[in-house]
Amino acid sequence: ATPPASRSLRGSVSLGDEAVCPGIEAHDRAWRGGAELLFDGVKKHQVTLPGQEEPWDIRNLLVWIKKNLLKERPELFIQGDSVRPGILVLINDADWELLGELDYQLQDQDSILFISTLHGG
Amino acid sequence: MATREEVLALQGEVAQREEELSCLKQRLAAALLAEQKPERRVPVSPLPPKAALSRDEILRYSRQLVLPELGVHGQLRLATASVLVVGCGGLGCPLAQYLAAAGVGRLGLVDYDVVEMSNLARQVLHGESLAGQAKVLSAAAALRRLNSAVECVPYAQALTPATALDLVRRYDVVADCSDNVPTRYLVNDACVLAGRPLVSASALRFEGQITVYHYHGGPCYRCVFPQPPPAETVTNCADGGVLGIVTGVVGCLQALEVLKIAAELGPSYSGSLLLFDALRGHFRCIKLRSRRPDCAACGERPTVTDLQDYEAFCGSSATDKCRSLQLLSPEERVSVTDYKRLLDSGAPHLLLDVRPQVEVDICRLPHALHIPLKHLQRRDAESLKLLGEAIRKGKQGTQEGAALPIYVICKLGNDSQKAVKILQSLTAVQELESLTVQDVVGGLMAWAARIDETFPQY
Repeated sequence: ATPPASRSLRGSVSLGDEAVCPGIEAHDRAWRGGAELLFDGVKKHQVTLPGQEEPWDIRNLLVWIKKNLLKERPELFIQGDSVRPGILVLINDADWELLGELDYQLQDQDSILFISTLHGG
Repeated sequence: MATREEVLALQGEVAQREEELSCLKQRLAAALLAEQKPERRVPVSPLPPKAALSRDEILRYSRQLVLPELGVHGQLRLATASVLVVGCGGLGCPLAQYLAAAGVGRLGLVDYDVVEMSNLARQVLHGESLAGQAKVLSAAAALRRLNSAVECVPYAQALTPATALDLVRRYDVVADCSDNVPTRYLVNDACVLAGRPLVSASALRFEGQITVYHYHGGPCYRCVFPQPPPAETVTNCADGGVLGIVTGVVGCLQALEVLKIAAELGPSYSGSLLLFDALRGHFRCIKLRSRRPDCAACGERPTVTDLQDYEAFCGSSATDKCRSLQLLSPEERVSVTDYKRLLDSGAPHLLLDVRPQVEVDICRLPHALHIPLKHLQRRDAESLKLLGEAIRKGKQGTQEGAALPIYVICKLGNDSQKAVKILQSLTAVQELESLTVQDVVGGLMAWAARIDETFPQY
């Protein structure tokens, strides 16, 4: 069920098991790379989204992430109002396409994971 | 105590043995190549059905034959299955090795590249003696030593839109062990057009991913990734690094999926993606979308009806070799030879090394000031202060009014150009004003190749 519009939501936003923005490397822990640097060195964020009139959806969440978590070079993460090609969004370990993509309404305790595809071999 | 004569005699003998060894290695490489020649012709015949296992085969495969899930039935299917391995690198080597050991009938090996020393830490079918030879020939020779009953077909060429479809049609299952985005789309589209299942894996740093595409109505690569990622967000193994054990683990998982498809046990990762985080020891399996009815390749009204120009589609080349950027004009750049001449002349200047710390730890020019490109990109105050101080100090050694040129260096000459652009735009560092900033073409790897052969290459 959709929580009442005025209630705040808790959940986690996680830059997952992948370097979402592999073009950037972190200085101290190089492997976590871009994700850590972009998001200020933190990989998994327990976040509380403030209550608002409209229900929170992924579209709003991306705007919120860009404003609150993304420290630099947002173009490596966001393109238009969605994520850039090559990033897969997982809502509670399922492809967001199964759940309505940008329109998915966040539920309390949701876990949102962003991963980027790897191409090396 | 050894006399001087003894030392000289031993040195002479060592040199002679080394010469002999090098001759032997060349002869071995030539012999291995000659051995391959007859097989370079592409077989067109499908593998014949097999009714029974021989006594030798029963002994050889006995440990897997007693698995009820596989059994004689599964082994016979394996023996008549053909697998196309696209890429004989970090993933392709362990995959081909285990499939050959398990008794797959035919392995097609595609790779345009040659064996290099920097491959050997992860590409475990190749050895020192075949450095410089085609990877597919090196891999085929190793696989033949392991299991002579497996037919190995080397294709020492890149997979291209002109060749891919014909090649894929000759095989039952395709394993994408490639290392670049255009090839991944090419392999996917060829598999969809030819109706072949695709087992796809990839690895970088400490991470791996594996999934099965286009299997019994499951999604294809384009269903999940309709658009290629921007080229600048893709990291290759040379830049990002990769641990050989990680490609080994992922390549083995990939081989497992291929085997299960070939033996008709059914794959585990069709419609799901396995993520492997080697640093934390985590495996995580996520559920992917279903096949998209509007997919350009496998949808109801596909627009990909034949193979395209994938390098144009992805905006990048179908290799994982490092790109050469051209951000600066020729006047803004110096060659390693010119820089060496300037260094020898003792002319005052500042050499700025912009590589990440981990690479500076590998090797460096001792007189260089080190500020990583990342710090310049985010205008890191501490780093800019350091730069200003270094310029001020450098100027003290010059005559009044003389300029202090800055030369920027990195590994290959790409990041150094980006750094020059940033330095040209900096207004926060007063000392930079009216200074000429140039970069060193080809970076430290050109230095190692052309100026100082004792300098490490990596």
